[in-house]
Amino acid sequence: MTHSPTSAPLNYLNHKTGLWSWLTSTDHKRIGLMYMYTIAIFFCVAAILGLLMRIEKMAPGQTIMTAQTYNGMFTIHGIIMIFIVVIPGLAAVFGNIFLPIMIGAKDVAFPKLNLFSWYVFITGAILGLYSQFANGNSPDTGWTFYVPYSAAASSNVVIALTAAFVLGFASILTGLNFIVTIHRMRAPGMTWFRMPLFPWSLYATAWIQLLATPIVGITLLMVIAERTLHIGFFDPALGGDPVLYQHLFWIYSHPAVYVMILPAMGVVTEIFPTFSQKPVFGYVPIVFSSLAIALVGYFVWGHHMFTSGISYESRWFFSFLTFLVAIPSAIKVFNWLSTMYGGSVDLKPPLLFAISFIFLFTIGGFTGLTLGSLATNIQLHNTDFVVAHFHYIIFGGMGFAFFAAIHYWFPKIYGKMYNFKWANISWVFLFVGFNLLYFPLFVIGIQGMPRRYFDYDPKFQTGEMLSTIGAFILIFGLIIMISNLVYGSRRGAIAPANPWHGVTLEWQIPSPPPHENFDEIPVITHEPYRFDNPHTN
Amino acid sequence: MSTTEHSEFIDSDTGKLGMWLFLFTELFLFGGLFIVYSVMRSKYAADFHHAALELNAFVGATNTVVLLVSSMTVAMSLTAIQQKRAGKAMGLLFITLLLAGVFMVNKYFEWGHKFGLHLYPGSDVMKGLPHGEIMFFGLYYMMTGLHALHVIIGGILLTIVIFRIKSGKINAGHYLLQENSALYWHLVDLIWIFLFPLLYLIT
Repeated sequence: MTHSPTSAPLNYLNHKTGLWSWLTSTDHKRIGLMYMYTIAIFFCVAAILGLLMRIEKMAPGQTIMTAQTYNGMFTIHGIIMIFIVVIPGLAAVFGNIFLPIMIGAKDVAFPKLNLFSWYVFITGAILGLYSQFANGNSPDTGWTFYVPYSAAASSNVVIALTAAFVLGFASILTGLNFIVTIHRMRAPGMTWFRMPLFPWSLYATAWIQLLATPIVGITLLMVIAERTLHIGFFDPALGGDPVLYQHLFWIYSHPAVYVMILPAMGVVTEIFPTFSQKPVFGYVPIVFSSLAIALVGYFVWGHHMFTSGISYESRWFFSFLTFLVAIPSAIKVFNWLSTMYGGSVDLKPPLLFAISFIFLFTIGGFTGLTLGSLATNIQLHNTDFVVAHFHYIIFGGMGFAFFAAIHYWFPKIYGKMYNFKWANISWVFLFVGFNLLYFPLFVIGIQGMPRRYFDYDPKFQTGEMLSTIGAFILIFGLIIMISNLVYGSRRGAIAPANPWHGVTLEWQIPSPPPHENFDEIPVITHEPYRFDNPHTN
Repeated sequence: MSTTEHSEFIDSDTGKLGMWLFLFTELFLFGGLFIVYSVMRSKYAADFHHAALELNAFVGATNTVVLLVSSMTVAMSLTAIQQKRAGKAMGLLFITLLLAGVFMVNKYFEWGHKFGLHLYPGSDVMKGLPHGEIMFFGLYYMMTGLHALHVIIGGILLTIVIFRIKSGKINAGHYLLQENSALYWHLVDLIWIFLFPLLYLIT
């Protein structure tokens, strides 16, 4: 064991050193960090692919790449962003690091399984990357792998499908671990309704991961069988049913959207009370809205298929449920706003990101209702409007919540602080760049610009150009933010144990946390958000 | 390894909860295939009827009995370990493995017979069949193949359990791995209980 030269107290970062001690660590905090670094690398790769696509679309016609390259790029951009970055994202990183601490446990229920999940994840991620480059023949089906094209496309679709299957397995194991952890590992006195709301959101998420992911797993296996063994489950030429594939795919992939967004909601639900120094408004409604989203979200998949030829009755049914699932999300928005109302609001970088989360998520949510209505959907289906909508939800929602989370928990994770000024500057670039990148896509989408097109009518050029400028600003903001965080983690000022005066358990232990989190397992005697002992500094 | 000092012992209720959740995911995995089966069956009722006649219900029934008995022996071995009779527990697990072997040999001959008739995906004979029959055989190979994979995984788990009993790591006080492996084996049995009527009996 190597002691740190600064004679800092031993913590999870320095109690053992060397790459091997990380690769074999079953410590939930180290595993969470390993997820974070992996995800950050893949995020940067996919973001660069996104930027290249935007550069291609600066002008009509071919600019920097061929149509086939473009098809491969949006496919691999989607596969990386969805399966490697956003679905594991918050749950695997901050869930791993903070779930056990926030419920007063020393680790997750199955620490070895947790490490195993990371290796499964890495295997899937490498396979995904490999599918892009093997034989110079990247998949061009889009991340949705729609048959019959994915059954016929002469590219590395089988490798990409296998990657998605393996990544799904990692997701299932993480979800399983979290459910058991929350059921069995809560500290004495921590009843269900004394549990903080980020763990609650992870609980709802974990059930979706557990119950929806196997469906897409078997579906992807069937497509693999279709390609390798010529069993035509979904190929109409062999008697199969392509719409059946869409059903099975979206039975998972719509709930997967809630796998992405529920932990994001959980993160900002932690941030608003802390930076308002006020108990969260409506604890119980937030809990039940999370569970309601998980439950109802399971039954709205058909809204991806309004133009696929499903019956009128099922279109009506899925449209109705889509409107229904918007209600619990709206409840949460009102809860967050009411939490800030009358509080002593401290506009530090985490809160800045959390507030912009509400703004972007609300735009994404409302445009989701536009797409959920049957009539407007017919007009907007497969246009850039859809692309703008889901980037507002996934990037504006989950992405900004991730940025909020890293700025919130950074001092706890590293025991150091980043520079606030540069964090605020990066926020300006990210927020402006994001809106400039995606808002024009709403407009040209309504005007009829289809998604996934390499070329376009010159009349769309203003919108496309604005969007590309936004992409550059956004990337610039990302560079500033990541540099600021990396610099802060190495050379930042030493952070106190509780810089934001938070009240949940992670703020009651040293920064960085000791290897086993707590010297003594805490006993919980009251609800989580009680600010009735105002600090005096 | 000191990093795992608080994680060496997973208490039995926690371990079993995890296993049950995992079994749910397995049911959902096969559930996807059952959905496809139902949709295709209603679409191609007559073809499914003809194709199902190809399957030998006697072989299927034999395998059902074999798996049911193996479920019994695996449960008995758990009782044996709780009664501190390690030798008997290992013997019963060994019988379970033998029965798993019988199941797989049966399966081998069953598949081999169909391959002999050129009834496999992509063969010329298959391509000449009506769509519904191709679909039936496709589902047959996919479902029984995935199930056979589970039999193999279950067999590996039970083999590990035998060695752990032998080395004393599994004993009357600590038998979580054996209990979870037995649960897994029951799942293998349960899935087959559904596959058998769907593929062999309903014609």
